[in-house]
Amino acid sequence: MSKQYETVIGLEVHVELATKTKIFCGCSTAFGAAPNTQTCPVCTGMPGSLPVLNKQVLEYAIAVGLATNCDITRYAKFDRKNYFYPDNPQNYQISQLYLPICRNGGVEIETEAGDKKTVGIHEIHMEEDAGKLIHDEWEDCSLVDYNRSGVPLIEIVSEPDMRSAEEVIAYLEKLRQIIQYLGASDCKLQEGSMRADVNLSVRELGTEAFGTRTEMKNLNSFRAITRAIDGERERQIDLIEAGESVVQETRRWDDAKGESYAMRSKEDAQDYRYFPDPDLVPITVSEEMLAKIREKQPEFRTEKMARYKAEFDIPDYDIEIITGEKPLADLFEAAVALGASPKKASNWLMGETLRLMKEQELDAGDLRFSPENLAKLIALTEKKVINSSVAKEVFEVMFAENVDPEQYVEEKGLKTESDEGALKMVLEEVIAANPQSVEDYRNGKEKAIGFLVGQTMKAMKGKADPGSVNRMLKELL
Amino acid sequence: MDIMDMTALQLAAAIREGKTTAVDATEAVLARIEEQDKTYNCYVTVDSDGALAQARAVQKKIEAGELTGPLAGVPVAVKDNLCTEGLRTTCSSKILHNFVPTYTAEAVKNLQKAGAVILGKTNMDEFAMGSTTETSAYGVTRNPRNTEHVPGGSSGGSAAAVAAKECFYAIGSDTGGSIRQPASYCGVVGMKPTYGTVSRYGLIAYGSSLDQIGPLTKDVADCAAVLEALSSHDMKDSTSIAREDTDFTAALTDDVKGLRIGIPNDYLGEGLDGEVREAILRAADVLKEKGAVVEYFDLSLVEYAIPAYYTIAAAEASSNLERFDGVKYGYRTEEYAGLHNMYKKSRSEGFGEEVKRRIMLGSFVLSSGYYDAYYLKALKVKALIKKAFDEAFSKYDVILGPAAPTTAPKLGESLADPIQMYLGDIYTIAVNLAGLPGICLPCGLDSKGLPIGLQLIGDCFQEKKLIRAAYSYQQGGELA
Repeated sequence: MSKQYETVIGLEVHVELATKTKIFCGCSTAFGAAPNTQTCPVCTGMPGSLPVLNKQVLEYAIAVGLATNCDITRYAKFDRKNYFYPDNPQNYQISQLYLPICRNGGVEIETEAGDKKTVGIHEIHMEEDAGKLIHDEWEDCSLVDYNRSGVPLIEIVSEPDMRSAEEVIAYLEKLRQIIQYLGASDCKLQEGSMRADVNLSVRELGTEAFGTRTEMKNLNSFRAITRAIDGERERQIDLIEAGESVVQETRRWDDAKGESYAMRSKEDAQDYRYFPDPDLVPITVSEEMLAKIREKQPEFRTEKMARYKAEFDIPDYDIEIITGEKPLADLFEAAVALGASPKKASNWLMGETLRLMKEQELDAGDLRFSPENLAKLIALTEKKVINSSVAKEVFEVMFAENVDPEQYVEEKGLKTESDEGALKMVLEEVIAANPQSVEDYRNGKEKAIGFLVGQTMKAMKGKADPGSVNRMLKELL
Repeated sequence: MDIMDMTALQLAAAIREGKTTAVDATEAVLARIEEQDKTYNCYVTVDSDGALAQARAVQKKIEAGELTGPLAGVPVAVKDNLCTEGLRTTCSSKILHNFVPTYTAEAVKNLQKAGAVILGKTNMDEFAMGSTTETSAYGVTRNPRNTEHVPGGSSGGSAAAVAAKECFYAIGSDTGGSIRQPASYCGVVGMKPTYGTVSRYGLIAYGSSLDQIGPLTKDVADCAAVLEALSSHDMKDSTSIAREDTDFTAALTDDVKGLRIGIPNDYLGEGLDGEVREAILRAADVLKEKGAVVEYFDLSLVEYAIPAYYTIAAAEASSNLERFDGVKYGYRTEEYAGLHNMYKKSRSEGFGEEVKRRIMLGSFVLSSGYYDAYYLKALKVKALIKKAFDEAFSKYDVILGPAAPTTAPKLGESLADPIQMYLGDIYTIAVNLAGLPGICLPCGLDSKGLPIGLQLIGDCFQEKKLIRAAYSYQQGGELA
């Protein structure tokens, strides 16, 4: 490769909002119900039905807009995007084209070099999700489930400001963090509550004009996004180097094969015949409404980090990790509010929690144990009701099933043996059974005591306080 | 008095007084339908068993004192573009030939709450697109005044059913005159209220920003009572308006003293039939004699209303009718190769010519490259028309004019020349574009014995002025 190329990337990010009901009707948005059980005349496109905007959708969209430094459109409208497909019961999608709710924003990210950089946000608009088609291979037919039809989405359209996969991931992480902090969505890529389409072109370094771009769809993880960006960059450069040209098209990423294929080209692009939806009245955002939403904005990460530094004696690195994921920060704060020591709470999150999350490939949003139970577990260790190895064992069960640690310890009989008489009897047995180690210890081999402590703990089935064991052993020896 | 000759209010009173029952009235009207409707074809679907069951239930409630309203027990005909749970709703289209809604339109529910007995669903122009009820997939409806003539449209079945006494009142929808023009042709009273007064939830949309539901009745008193029952603020319709002043029957007073009436010169010009013109002016004189102040003025922009209307209504219709695709309900073609072929064949076979014409027109004006030149321009014209009316209503309480340029044309004369048919909407269309209320009532007959309609237009939310003027006229003027 003789020339130097620059990658130019813009993203279209769809985020499913965490409302209880759909965007234009009262049907539940809960995931996993039997097909077509969460539907009504509106979200199945029955003749004569009419949409009514769910106000919570508007509030979330504005909240995201404010948090990403957008201008809020004070007179916004919904438009119909017309296209025929069976997952779209009206054969038009209600979206926003002409007057989207948020425009001209941006978020700051950190580049690989450690520099600050702003990624512009062109607009954020509200729209409805489509239903789901299920293709029955045996019956040679397709079935439609409209449970998802009408689930609220926002689409965040960035400017073409990103230059690498790393910047894209940084931008997505930033968006996810902001939206999770707002509680507007759980932003899970795997489950599709956050979806990113990548618009990518390459140009010779130093040139101003953009190259021809492609749009990449079906990217279900940060890893897939990174691979797809690197792959598409290579593909486009190869075409240019070979004297061919890049075709403006939509491509689908196949993560299993590690390659993409063309779905449709610009020539096939449909004319969506957008026009304002006459069934929905224009949205007027009042000063009062904006003020209310502003007032409700949560403490975002930067503020939270500063507060943690001031309030809690925990390492900066811990603060960075815990505040990086809203659910972790929530757990931490709630446990501390219940009386847990910040240091201990942080240790449990940074240690066992992250370890198990990694092992089980879970997101912070998947965590099931409650802050109450974490606080109880910490209290049990602090009061020495259980020792640290038992605590770890209890934590694993709590992590999986959110058991009440007090109850669990009680039921399983995991309390540390506090009866010194019983302990003394066991110690005497251990001393009698291990004359060599006793001898070694008495000859100044301090380490030998570790073996004796271990033997004692084993005999006690772990239910002894290692500190007491140590102290009593020394006395006996 | 034969109950068949009673108005809706008279019948309800007779039922309340125990002189007749909802069941007797329903049986009588069903017998009339059975006897006559092979000729007139007012109905697409007659629900005899359902109507009798409703009548019995309603009668019980009346006797128990649970239903005391002014319309309780009265049989009604419903236009076939209003959804009725469990009762086939076709929009007079083949594409909905087997469509049975799972819910009832809010306006129909309001009538049911008032104790209405639903007789069946009336014929109309397919998807309300037409001015003669000849575009129905279920045959033409004949004008009961003269069966050689059309009843008007698109609510032709509803207007004809009232005129033929095949119901005591009916409801229709009006997008560009679809209640007022057939009322004019059939010699009955028809009213389109201010946009947002009656919920559109359950009305199968044609032009959503223009559609309104309204009554077709034997006289103005019935019209006020039915509109009062239909109106409600419905949270299921974003365009529904919360109004305090829907006690329309309170305006039934014979008093037009000092009422300022404006007659647009534009409504009396070229294209208006001489006999219609004379009848309208005579009607104005009646109101003048009763104390109204009548003046002539220039409304302007009238000639732009038709192109603006057909652009906006067709654009909205092209999108509204996309859901009829053979996937979820309605007609699906027999044989097809793949999804797109199924869409194409189902829609080609399921829709009639006029509907296809308007879908194509609407798709065209929304296409990229034409949107600004046609659709946006039409919206600007719409805004200007509203402004012209605002100016007029700063001077007048009521605008008076014809509802249609002629009396009912003969069957088969209109469809051959759609442009000419569209031009026939000139006096009704601007009212929809401006969202205004308009009422049409009979004001005499032409030399062929066909009814002539008088149209009164009011400013937004001023239905009461129209009802007062129309009621006063009926106490003295020529009827049809």
